[in-house]
Amino acid sequence: MSDVTLRFTVNGKAHRVRVPPMKRLLDVLRDECKLTGTKEGCGEGECGACTVLIDGRSVNSCLVPAVQADGAKILTVEGLAKDGRLTPLQRLFVEGGGAQCGICTPGMLVSAHELLTRMKGKVPSENEVREALAGNLCRCTGYQKIVDAVRAAARGGRSS
Amino acid sequence: MPRVRQPGRAPKAVSSNGSVGTSIPKLEAYEKVTGTALYLDDLRIPGVLHGRTVRSTVARGRIRQIAFDPAFDWTGVVVVDHKDIPGDNVVALIEDDQPLLASTEIRHAEEPILLLAHESAEHVERALRAVRVEVEPLEPVLTVEQSLARKQLLYKDTNIFKEITIARGDARAALHSAGLAGTVLVEGTYRTGHQEQLYIENNAMMAERTGDGGLLVRGSLQCPYYVHKALMRVFGLPAEKVRVVQTVTGGGFGGKEEYPSVIGAHAALLAWKSGKPVKIVYDRLEDIAATTKRHPSVTRIRSLVDKDGSLLALDIDTVMDGGAYVTLSPVVLSRGAIHAAGPYRCANTTIRARAVATNTPPNGAFRGFGAPQTQFAMECHMDAVAGRLKLDPLEVRRRNAYREGDITPTGQVLTESVGAHEVLERTVRRAHYETKRKRYTQENAVAAKAERSGKFDGRGRRVRRGIGLALVYHGAGFTGGGEVKLASLAAVDVTPKGRPRILSASTEIGQGTRTIFAQMVGDALGMPAEFVDIETPDTGLVPDSGPTVASRTCMVVGGMLVEAARKLKSELSAFAGAELADAAAFERAARRYLAERGPLRAEHRYQRPAELQWDDDTYRGDAYGVFSYAACTVEVEVDLDTGETNLIGVTTAHDIGKAIHPVLAAGQIEGGIVQGLGWALLEDVRWKDGRIWNHQLTNYIIPTSMDVPTLDVEIVEIPYSRGPFGAKGVGELPMDVPAPAVIAAVAHATGLHLDEIPVLPEKVLHALRAAHAASAT
Amino acid sequence: MRSALTPLEIIRPKTLAEALAQVDPAGKNGASPLAVPLAGGTDLYVYLNAGTLDAQRFVDLWSVRELRGIRTIGEATRLGATTTMSQIREHPVLARRYPALAAAAAEVGGRQIQNRATIAGNIANASPAGDSLPALLAYDAIVQTRSARGGRTLPFESFYRGYRQLALAPGELIVAVDLPPPAARATHFFRKVGTRRAQSISKVVFAGLLRLDRDGLVEQVRLAYGSMAPVPLRARAAEEALLDEKLTAPAVARALAALERDLSPIDDIRSDREYRRIVAGNLLEQFLRIAAKRK
Repeated sequence: MSDVTLRFTVNGKAHRVRVPPMKRLLDVLRDECKLTGTKEGCGEGECGACTVLIDGRSVNSCLVPAVQADGAKILTVEGLAKDGRLTPLQRLFVEGGGAQCGICTPGMLVSAHELLTRMKGKVPSENEVREALAGNLCRCTGYQKIVDAVRAAARGGRSS
Repeated sequence: MPRVRQPGRAPKAVSSNGSVGTSIPKLEAYEKVTGTALYLDDLRIPGVLHGRTVRSTVARGRIRQIAFDPAFDWTGVVVVDHKDIPGDNVVALIEDDQPLLASTEIRHAEEPILLLAHESAEHVERALRAVRVEVEPLEPVLTVEQSLARKQLLYKDTNIFKEITIARGDARAALHSAGLAGTVLVEGTYRTGHQEQLYIENNAMMAERTGDGGLLVRGSLQCPYYVHKALMRVFGLPAEKVRVVQTVTGGGFGGKEEYPSVIGAHAALLAWKSGKPVKIVYDRLEDIAATTKRHPSVTRIRSLVDKDGSLLALDIDTVMDGGAYVTLSPVVLSRGAIHAAGPYRCANTTIRARAVATNTPPNGAFRGFGAPQTQFAMECHMDAVAGRLKLDPLEVRRRNAYREGDITPTGQVLTESVGAHEVLERTVRRAHYETKRKRYTQENAVAAKAERSGKFDGRGRRVRRGIGLALVYHGAGFTGGGEVKLASLAAVDVTPKGRPRILSASTEIGQGTRTIFAQMVGDALGMPAEFVDIETPDTGLVPDSGPTVASRTCMVVGGMLVEAARKLKSELSAFAGAELADAAAFERAARRYLAERGPLRAEHRYQRPAELQWDDDTYRGDAYGVFSYAACTVEVEVDLDTGETNLIGVTTAHDIGKAIHPVLAAGQIEGGIVQGLGWALLEDVRWKDGRIWNHQLTNYIIPTSMDVPTLDVEIVEIPYSRGPFGAKGVGELPMDVPAPAVIAAVAHATGLHLDEIPVLPEKVLHALRAAHAASAT
Repeated sequence: MRSALTPLEIIRPKTLAEALAQVDPAGKNGASPLAVPLAGGTDLYVYLNAGTLDAQRFVDLWSVRELRGIRTIGEATRLGATTTMSQIREHPVLARRYPALAAAAAEVGGRQIQNRATIAGNIANASPAGDSLPALLAYDAIVQTRSARGGRTLPFESFYRGYRQLALAPGELIVAVDLPPPAARATHFFRKVGTRRAQSISKVVFAGLLRLDRDGLVEQVRLAYGSMAPVPLRARAAEEALLDEKLTAPAVARALAALERDLSPIDDIRSDREYRRIVAGNLLEQFLRIAAKRK
């Protein structure tokens, strides 16, 4: 099938791409938008390394056809920091050992960002954090430092 | 902040008012949290071809014919087979038995046969389906038992890749005296399964020809010089024509120790033939199906104990499945054998260890390297001893755990930094082990009684709780003469800006190599870690400081770097005629040195401490400079209706000498513990006709954040005089400890002694039914 | 091995009528292979990424407005075909009235999957392990379908004709799932058993609904299982054994014996037949223990 033209924003920036319509959103972001922060870990919606937000909702971008991004607002890991300034969540990942090898980190941060937005300032319990991040596999940290960083970020960046 | 305890007084040399012992921000974490860190697949190389591998679908056979579909458009498809290899068709490691590409003989499923590359990833994918390999199948050997039966010979006339015997005292004679003076013989057999490393970044390598007739290979890897050595053999190129560079690596756990040599050489063959850059990025299915796993093991232990639980004799026989080729099995076996008796004193010990050949993909390096398997067996056995003598498992460990001056099965006298009792006592205290042991026993009895009269908990469940304990140790660095043979070299030089720069081949794979190196070198030079540069592991730029394996990075390579830094500092101080008080003074002196005398570089080559002796032929002597120690309690809730084991508590203390960076050290411990819990409870490689059946993340199950409870970690620091700042190893130790504690906790909860991992719900439920049926008759 | 995505076609209808026209075998595309409906893609893209789906044409239902949303229709609740698992688990009325369905939705994959997986997708994928399906059975769900020729109403219980065989005619789409009001004062139960606690594919999945009358006799009972047969199913024999009985030990034992006739579990990549059989019975017992406590 011939390529289609799609318009959407990524991290607030407008993009216009011509791509095969069934190309995966993951590949559109990486190949066309040159945003390689979003990773592929499994291609089956299990590991969550490719997590991005579409209109505020987390998705596995390896399971989304490009056409469905048309007109959408997309957030990737590259959109979290503003002008090089880390968000409290990112800063706490850096300081608290939330990122080791780093390959799950972009997806993990995006899922955590969705949770914090959903919590509207309330501090999630440890279980709520674990539940919210269950779609993001990490093999390095054992999750503890990630969970701690997310809760600390919810408390406004103060660690416990 | 992680809890850190320093029970011993730190030796003078250890004192530091620098950044060692503090948790500075991890050096490359900024790039990782902003998505700007570039992993191999993130590199955008113009004209790059995508490489794929044609593999065997059978476990054993002979290649009859390879057919290329004439209807397929082969234009632009690069095809490589074994005849395209300019040098030797081997994956150079310990022996030369593994071909890079099969020529006629197939020895395991997924064995690489052909390589294809094309500029379109989709086209090369289609090409893969247009190749038909006709193989005459042969009867495969798929289990340790089949291999030992020797009906089919795969390796010499024994099927045994390596056999090791360690003997101290006379275990056999002692065992014959069982029953005398109230001594008791305890026997058991313990099994562990395959495990996939499951780094989240799949294997990925890229190769290109260089203008000077050489090769540049980049990728996700732990050991650049392993790949370098392998490429030299495959291409018959001299060292200087081959350059291997690590890219940001998304996890390794041993899985990127030896296997990147295969993928790197494959990519290089395609690049060599096509003249274009070629990348090979495995997808998850291929990565799980084709690459190395943890060796499965069967260990039989016979022990003689006296009434109070003291170990009098141990006879241990362990067999590991090496898979189709030798690869690293002899060294995995060696570490497994040396650790097989656990951290316990026993005057009469015999350990026999064998690694055998099968027609399964070669098993390889995986965090712990054999020690988790054998110590799993030993820890289960300690619980069996406790059960036989009606003692608490804690008591049996207290009675036998190593103290300073004790002697290991290889005859090594433990002269310092023996933290066994310290980690044991701290763990049981923090976990309230003894209280919970009693409480769960009582609660379980109450619940059983209530259920018999039709009363259940609010959710109608039938659950039992239990707490189990394990104690392990792990030697840091290469075994025996390994470090001497390796003779690794690390260096610190000075950049044109006058900053010190670390030159080593030790890779950052998430664990914090770069950060702790900068901290240690910074402290040695008297400047902040941020002022220290670190060169990328690039064989064109850094010396061979050895592979990033064996819990050696901090203790061994870190120690070499500290020495190199001290030499650099004294050279520069002498030149400046003054002590270099701070970073600014260093920079001024360094710039002046560069201007007046030229490049400045200090090196340090590994030197074995004079007191260490090792004989590789007899397996006698000091197997490691020092051991680290860990204890762990695991609490579980077993659902009698489903056989599910839920983790409700994990408490651990690790004696690692010194935490150079407490947050990173705790991160190693937590990650290793959870990887060990996955091995114990969830991770089951399922086979079908010699191929891995569940090679998808949907069906190969690793722990999610929901599967692990809050982890309570305490770091204990009993310094090692030869380790930098007192540090010992930490990377592998946490992998050794949780699995036997899970078995013990399940036993406490249910009375089932499973002696085998993974503890899948099916096994628990079937065992519960069998126990119920047995008690009913 | 991956499917090539570049040549794949996808049609993006804006309305249901357009979508139905696209899949109508008598319509202008009728001659070529019919387009496969795609919404959240959480199953289809797994197949594409693994190279196990041959389809070349797809029709995108994700943005067809008529297929979205949760509505109350009299006493019943209507779930639009593309209602996501997140919408189900987060909907306050559903959580109160159909807690077993809300619980099932909360255990489908991780959040990312729940945000995309749809109720009709779970039905149409027709996996015997589909997490929401036993809950739909327990609530006696009704499937509304439409084709270019009109609509049909099918009890969900008769929606599968065999392993992954749908009772849909060519050109017919699922447009909604209706949930009749459950009886008041009933006990609702959902439990999924996998290997791990999140994101696992079920080995046994069970949903139950049971109401006792004033005398403690079972007035209504629905027992539904997934992963226990080629299709998700109601355990009719076990239900029969319980109906009009008190939840006494002999009655429970009769129900358990009857359950054996209802189910036909198999050995597969995730578990074994015997385990499934035992757990299915144990979950029923657990459910009945809870139900018996409710006065």
